[in-house]
Amino acid sequence: MRLTRYSPAMVDLPVAASDEATLAALRAGDEAAFEAMVSRYGAALLRLARVYCPDAAAAEEAVGDAWLAFLESLDRFEGRSSLKTWLYGILINCARARARRESRSLPLSSVLHDEPAGDDGLAGRFLPRWVPAVGGHWIRPLARWDEEPEQLLLRAELRARIKDAIEQLPEHQRLVITLRDVEGLPADEVCNLLGLSDTNQRVLLHRARLRVRRAVEQHLMEAAV
Amino acid sequence: MSAQRLSCRELVDLLTAYLDGALDAGDRERFERHLSRCDGCSEYVQQMRKTITLVGALREDDIAVPVRESLLDAFRDWKTRPRP
Repeated sequence: MRLTRYSPAMVDLPVAASDEATLAALRAGDEAAFEAMVSRYGAALLRLARVYCPDAAAAEEAVGDAWLAFLESLDRFEGRSSLKTWLYGILINCARARARRESRSLPLSSVLHDEPAGDDGLAGRFLPRWVPAVGGHWIRPLARWDEEPEQLLLRAELRARIKDAIEQLPEHQRLVITLRDVEGLPADEVCNLLGLSDTNQRVLLHRARLRVRRAVEQHLMEAAV
Repeated sequence: MSAQRLSCRELVDLLTAYLDGALDAGDRERFERHLSRCDGCSEYVQQMRKTITLVGALREDDIAVPVRESLLDAFRDWKTRPRP
């Protein structure tokens, strides 16, 4: 697949300036820099760990493991990825190891294609392909979402619904949407982190987004009744 | 993909690739041409963009995680250790 669009993530940059400063401070033994990093990434690491370890205590332990492993690995960090991605990679390994000890982890490649696509809310929405001229087109227009995200976010139940929809996703879809859309990592970094091909990463993200969109749609339909 | 026009179903299937800038020039052009003429797909794309924004907002729900003293101990221990 050819990448035709410019995206900052595709440019091979050296370590970002802020990463460089953080790294220098950590290597110099600056405790405040370490503390700042722990507060900054603590919640994100915990959220990622929960994908593998549903047990809250186990997830917290995985995060603790990850920080220790991060320190041990600092001298090996060469800036091929951002410091954040490096840290997430370590967390994922630690969380997998914890989950494996509780024997519930599955190797990524073996289950990828078995993960159900789930209810994307699109069944029956299109005219059959064989219909001349308009096959594959919407049967009825979608009910419009008139509110902007800022307004939608004021609905507490909707936030809960979205969180719930993500938690219900199969493990790998959940992982990919968490890294891409919650944490905001670029596609190539997520592929590297999870050892996924470009295509597989996109299939997982696509399915996950469809199901979250469906959850929002359902919430708005129910709220409109 | 053929040079034919995209159907709505196909556009929906290509949306993630489109948003990632991963379509080749021909597909991107077909995608955008369809989108400019189709209200159903425009609404769908809007909904998906809103969905992505909503998911991104979950990051703000983060509560600060207190830094454990044991972790700071580990850091102090790490920094006093001789390293290559």
